[in-house]
Amino acid sequence: MLAKRIIPCLDVKDGHVVKGISFTRLRDAGDPVECAAAYSIAGADELVFLDITATLEARSTVRQMVERVAEHISIPFTVGGGISSTKHISQMLEAGADKVSINTAAVENRRLVSEAAEAFGCQCIVVAIDAKRAEGSWRVYIESGRKPTTLDAIQWAQDVEGLGAGEILLTSIDADGHRAGYDIELTARVSETVQIPVIASGGAGGPQDIYRVLTAGKADAALAASIFHYGKFSVGEVKNYLRERGVPVRV
Amino acid sequence: MIAVVNYGVGNVKSVLCALVRSGAEATLTSDPAQIRAAAGVILPGVGAFSTAMENLRRTGLDGLLTKLTDSGKPVLGICLGMQLFFTESEEHGKCEGLGLLEGRVRRFPPGLKVPHMGWNEVRQNKASALLDDIDNGSFFYFAHSYYVEPKDANVALGVTEYGEGFVSAIASGRLFGVQFHPEKSGPCGLRLLANFCRLCERDRQCWQSA
Repeated sequence: MLAKRIIPCLDVKDGHVVKGISFTRLRDAGDPVECAAAYSIAGADELVFLDITATLEARSTVRQMVERVAEHISIPFTVGGGISSTKHISQMLEAGADKVSINTAAVENRRLVSEAAEAFGCQCIVVAIDAKRAEGSWRVYIESGRKPTTLDAIQWAQDVEGLGAGEILLTSIDADGHRAGYDIELTARVSETVQIPVIASGGAGGPQDIYRVLTAGKADAALAASIFHYGKFSVGEVKNYLRERGVPVRV
Repeated sequence: MIAVVNYGVGNVKSVLCALVRSGAEATLTSDPAQIRAAAGVILPGVGAFSTAMENLRRTGLDGLLTKLTDSGKPVLGICLGMQLFFTESEEHGKCEGLGLLEGRVRRFPPGLKVPHMGWNEVRQNKASALLDDIDNGSFFYFAHSYYVEPKDANVALGVTEYGEGFVSAIASGRLFGVQFHPEKSGPCGLRLLANFCRLCERDRQCWQSA
């Protein structure tokens, strides 16, 4: 049976993990490879590296980081943040990333999604959608949640599926950072609407939140940052909690 | 030495890195002489079936792979690499494959989330050197929208449940294939790659002493 995935997210700036992991055993808590290896051993199913610098100058640093991670880690990982062209995508994949996540650039240039899916295969194209509640629906925001668009999140999810996205990384801006649970309604609506996997993001405060978004929220995977980074719960604890409640997980 | 065939499709670097981690000597190459000289050959691949076939034909690697398979050289196809072994795929209409094995490559039916993405169990149908020391039901990482339907059910080495069961690992003589990505499947995946390298090395020693 296909397991529900638990995906820690690491924020990276200038090639260093800035919101990483609180494992005290690490020699360098800012080293992407060490963090990734620790998560891999802890049972993470995949990893997401979110480049929060994402400036042109930082690109070669990110590329080097991707190469090093690919050399050492035996689980899949996604790179996101500032991905804006097929050339950029190609560089990340060639460096060893399994998937890239596109957000703002997908909204500004829909053809990027279809061209990338055509060129590299849909399985490596993740479209990240940042959504915020607005009068009974959800609006898509871009530029790290700063800029509202006119797009409806449910419709946009359908659109990116049609364009060839292989997966949706769905973040609730309302829930993000509050550790009070994912936006279950949003996640369920998107997951029911599309036939591609949906990764829920934003709001995990504990195993019970992850359980809810994978069951009531119908998500295929749950992404979390803070609860793992600050050592509140380990990936293993979350997976045990899920398994005890009948959610299929890889242990 | 294991030759990882470089034919302009993605994911080749990860395969090479994983082979090195599993203790193998491996090289990424499109040079026919180097591929012929290798103890074993890995055909990786993600992306479109038709593009991959075009690339193999254009470089003449299609004929080489057929010859090597006929001669009994161990060959392992990964994901799309395995799908290419079969007669034809229904991806983008209909597209002819290498025809090393009889069978079709089919898309998962509607009602399932596609791609089939993530970790799933592989139930082993029979013993094989490829699966040595790997527990029955171990999880491997999948990322694909199409699956193989071999005409001869005996080539199925492993089966995975997604909707219905599909063949996720095959073996026919010295031709092996896996639908999942061993290079992304943690310790079990590395074990599988090490098993393949070991059987290549054993074969090479047999040939030399013969």
